[in-house]
Amino acid sequence: MKGKCPECEADIDVPDDAVDGEILTCDECGSDIEVVKAGAKVQLRKAELKGEDWGE
Amino acid sequence: MGSVAALVSDRVRYEEKSIILASRRLSLPLKHVDAKDMVLELGRKRAEEIGCGTVLMRCVSFYRGLHMTAVLEGSGIRVINSFFTSNTCGNKLLSSVALERHGVKTPRTLVAFTPAAAAKAANALGYPAILKPVVGSWGRLIAPLKDEDTAEAILEDRTYMYPLYQVFYIQEYVNRPPRDIRCVVIGGRPVAAIYRYSPPGEWKTNVAVGGSSEPCKVTGEIEKIAVKASKAVKGEVVGVDMMESEKDGLLVHEVNHTTEFKAAATATGVNIAEEIVKYVFRSMKK
Repeated sequence: MKGKCPECEADIDVPDDAVDGEILTCDECGSDIEVVKAGAKVQLRKAELKGEDWGE
Repeated sequence: MGSVAALVSDRVRYEEKSIILASRRLSLPLKHVDAKDMVLELGRKRAEEIGCGTVLMRCVSFYRGLHMTAVLEGSGIRVINSFFTSNTCGNKLLSSVALERHGVKTPRTLVAFTPAAAAKAANALGYPAILKPVVGSWGRLIAPLKDEDTAEAILEDRTYMYPLYQVFYIQEYVNRPPRDIRCVVIGGRPVAAIYRYSPPGEWKTNVAVGGSSEPCKVTGEIEKIAVKASKAVKGEVVGVDMMESEKDGLLVHEVNHTTEFKAAATATGVNIAEEIVKYVFRSMKK
């Protein structure tokens, strides 16, 4: 399916096997975009920016 | 409810996606819950709300994962890894204390609480020495103190930072090959190990800074040390990092409680995601 980048409105291809929470990158603006799935409904939202406490 | 587990994460990286897909392949009921959307009321029995009694915590944000683990454990949910493990592994000083207490060899480490005392510590260790923030990952803010003047400047910088950065954790510089070893331990069993090489012009070996990796045979010695280190932090799914010191042999410098394993899975061919999923469900039967 196709979605719109919430940052720049460009079209984004969402792979069929994308899981809830998966991160895509917008080809147009380079933003990280998060896939939000609720049942059959798929939305795109801006992904969080890397935090100072991120790690493993 | 007893047979369902949840993966709680705040960002789906290679690791989380692999775990979700592995559970589907194995037909094991692992729900994915986004930590960013959760509202937790204290004192509530979360198990019924989340629909499971066991959580695999995989938040990339340390503080988010740690505090969420506290709330979930407080309401009776079993969390892998536990609050104790997350709190210990997420703080290098607490990790070192736990490892030392359990007889796991670590690099020589001095701790001080003022820049002046830290300068004395660096002098005592000799230069270069390595200053590490007690909380931090992927090599962030780790600074080599190359000489007395550099040490003084870097230590002074830390006084303008958040107080946690003023817990001065300083380690000897370990002479070693330009690599370290990451051993993934699941349920007390090492499942894969890799050598992680520093990228050109970089002394850190973190894959996050662009290092490369290749398979490492899990020798009897690596197994013994990795298992001992995972037990020291009561870790169920952890990545144990060790250095090959020319002087002291294998030294553990870190245990990771939300270990990344893309490099280890790719280099060794071991399906680490499946191993994790199988362990989570096996442990629920105990």
